[in-house]
Amino acid sequence: MLPEAINRRTLLKTAFVAGGGLALEAIIPLPAWAREAAPATLSAFVSIAPDGIVTIVSKNPEIGQGIKTSLPMMIAEELDCAWSQVRIEQADVDPKRYGPQVAGGSTATPTNWLPMRQAGAAARAMLIQAAATQWNVGTDEVTTAKGRIFHAGSGRSVGYGEVASKAAGLPVPEVNTLRLKDPQQFTIIGQSVVGIDSPKIVKGKPIFGIDTRLPGMLYAVYEVAPVPGGRLLNADIEAAKSALGVKQVIPLTGNGDADQGLADGVAILATNWWFANQARKQLQVKWDLSAAQGHSNEAYQAKADAAFSAGNGEELRRDGDPSAQLANAVHRVKARYQYPFIAHAPMEPQNCTALYKDGKLELWAPTQAPGGGLNMIQKALGIDPANVTLHLTRMGGGFGRRLLNDFMVQAAAVAKAVPGTPIKLLWSREDDMRRDYYRPGGWHDLEAGVDADGKLRVFTDHLVTFSTDGKPARAADMGVSMIPAGLVEHLRYGRSMIPTVLRTGPLRAPSSNALCFVSQSFLDEVAVAAGSDLPRLMLSLLEGERREIKPLDGRGPPFDTGRARDVIEKVLQTANWSRKPTQSNRAKGFGFYFCHQGYFAEVVEASVTDGNIAVHHVWVAGDVGSQIVNPMGAENQVRGAVIDGLAQALAGQEIKVVEGVVQNSNLHDFPLARIPSTPQIEIAWVKSEKPPTGLGEPALPPVIPALTNAIFAITGHRVRSLPVQLKTA
Amino acid sequence: MKYQLHINGQMHQVEAPPEMPLLWVLRDELGMVGTKFGCGAGLCGACTVHVNGNAQRSCQTPVGTVRDAKITTIEHIGATPVGAKLQDAWLKVDVMQCGYCQAGQIMSAAALLAHTPRPSVDQINSAMAGNVCRCACYNRIQTAIQMAAGVHEDSNHVA
Repeated sequence: MLPEAINRRTLLKTAFVAGGGLALEAIIPLPAWAREAAPATLSAFVSIAPDGIVTIVSKNPEIGQGIKTSLPMMIAEELDCAWSQVRIEQADVDPKRYGPQVAGGSTATPTNWLPMRQAGAAARAMLIQAAATQWNVGTDEVTTAKGRIFHAGSGRSVGYGEVASKAAGLPVPEVNTLRLKDPQQFTIIGQSVVGIDSPKIVKGKPIFGIDTRLPGMLYAVYEVAPVPGGRLLNADIEAAKSALGVKQVIPLTGNGDADQGLADGVAILATNWWFANQARKQLQVKWDLSAAQGHSNEAYQAKADAAFSAGNGEELRRDGDPSAQLANAVHRVKARYQYPFIAHAPMEPQNCTALYKDGKLELWAPTQAPGGGLNMIQKALGIDPANVTLHLTRMGGGFGRRLLNDFMVQAAAVAKAVPGTPIKLLWSREDDMRRDYYRPGGWHDLEAGVDADGKLRVFTDHLVTFSTDGKPARAADMGVSMIPAGLVEHLRYGRSMIPTVLRTGPLRAPSSNALCFVSQSFLDEVAVAAGSDLPRLMLSLLEGERREIKPLDGRGPPFDTGRARDVIEKVLQTANWSRKPTQSNRAKGFGFYFCHQGYFAEVVEASVTDGNIAVHHVWVAGDVGSQIVNPMGAENQVRGAVIDGLAQALAGQEIKVVEGVVQNSNLHDFPLARIPSTPQIEIAWVKSEKPPTGLGEPALPPVIPALTNAIFAITGHRVRSLPVQLKTA
Repeated sequence: MKYQLHINGQMHQVEAPPEMPLLWVLRDELGMVGTKFGCGAGLCGACTVHVNGNAQRSCQTPVGTVRDAKITTIEHIGATPVGAKLQDAWLKVDVMQCGYCQAGQIMSAAALLAHTPRPSVDQINSAMAGNVCRCACYNRIQTAIQMAAGVHEDSNHVA
């Protein structure tokens, strides 16, 4: 037997186990020939080449939140190499190998903070073991730094690359034997690191989903009914078939699931996407639109009014005796708030490239939640996920839109209709605007009572929201633990629902982006009525012993009154808070919220001139735990969230629907923030002792009420409806 | 129709109807996908290229109107001194989040600096107002342009 053949090199698999721990197990012995000059693979996440170059696999989808850089930073830190040695590879979808692969809910940092560092520490321990064995010294006698192992006793040192292949053959250490660094010793985590793809982006390299090109590929559009759930009655495709550049026109019957399935439609395949898109005008399609009859903004408004007239809705939560307390309140305030459906409008229109061949499907997908897409494909097309290879591409923005994978199932269906031919399905901007899973609109009737000391005694909120199949529509519900629940002794949350056929879904800080506007604007009204201001009212709710309020339903993290108080006090200080207008037309407003495990307090300074609102300055104080992983990326997330929130309020974003047909079509009637309206933004981190949590979302919600409260302070006009419309003076 | 297009210092022959937007000639005929599709209506600026040095929306530029104009795209803007400075500055402040719009941002910024080497913030805002960044990296776009123009030397300070 050849010695080389039995000198097994082992590929180590990293599997996530229940409880968030990490198990490393040896699974695939590679033949000796695979080892020559190849990087040594120490785990699913780490391999090291003989020249010391460390390749780290980044497992999660990248939508601009910076995770492709920050998760590898965690690994590299505990591996104890230099960041300049590191190369990063995007993982394909393989949750058994990598653990959860999703970009949603600001969850990647908290869920991976420990496992990623453990993956780095495990690889480091194996390298140390290999070097110690080679030198015949104890592992406790060697140290590491910047990708080298040192033995102080003998003055010897060796690079990781020189012992990597030996290390790869060693047993993987048990998780409980791993020693993680004291954060004081961090050399990568906490440093500002430029995004790993940034050098490619500034040169226009092909890294986004839409940039995927395969030999022989055709470009596809998929025409669907103008309303959700519309069915294809008949299609005259002859004219489209003979249009310039068109190769095939294929009517497809969906699986009847308008929300999470394949919609009926007509695929047009051409040699250039523009040809395919032009040929849509030649299609003569009759649709059955009856499913969406009666679904219009006006009809929804009438139903909401009726729901409020009918009572307080289904009771979701009652603490104490809100009715009696309202009757006894010194100051009693009542108001109705509302907000519209809005779209995500990521810059990169939805797309997916697919090749179906010999019963196997290969996908190149810009998706935030690949697993959901695989399920949809299985349901709609009967393709087992085991027969699908899914490559993750960088995404031109997500904001929650790409958590739902209708574009992926469409691409798969089109590819399946033309086996052996790769296709790239691309939506137009108009498709993207009209086929969104919208942030649902909603209405709130609120009432509150304050005692003689200015303390909030009672708070009630009746939400009218949307439903599908009798349950709250996706991202349309109100959590029973949403603040100020838990902070006010007497409280009632109620809910009524209006059925909708519109598809709804999470938009950056789902629920919170709307609920924070409502509750923090309303509480500002309450504070003003009591002769106080909102920060003072919030601090009065948070005073006393620092305490953790557990969510009523047991789900989600507790609310820490101390962390809330600390960010509020911090922002009051950085913004030099005063509720008095700084000039006759200029004032500050305040907002606070807790969501996605992050605590954010924000102050907006705005002015109103001839009915025009300008935001000049935003101060942010945030607590997302003990450690900011990548300050450069973190600040960018906060700035983006702040401007995103301001645009929701000020840019005129509102989806309008008539008989199920979305009337908006492009950026002229669904405007996004533009550079001239950019305020100065100052960010202060409040570092608590909790493990780090995510930043994609929690900075967004408070800026909206901070703005609307500033508008009130200037004009005396209370903004109770979004987008903001000032009555002309 | 057959066209000889002068793109990034090289001649490219393409066959396309005259009304096909330059964007789709670049992306799907020539495989130069650095120029991005965002709205198809001249509203977002993601598809910005230079036509004889002027920033132009390639989604609104029929190929039949280009004739012998010199076209520059993001793939080649680094060959100009202004383009190289902008790319450096973009990386120094790490402007981008998702990065999708940045090709168009850099092309608009390069046209601005070619005509206005030391722009004020107002001039930057006015020149860049046609380029949407959905991630809203606008503070850093302002900073990076100022840095490339040499009016904002402090690379540690990210506005």
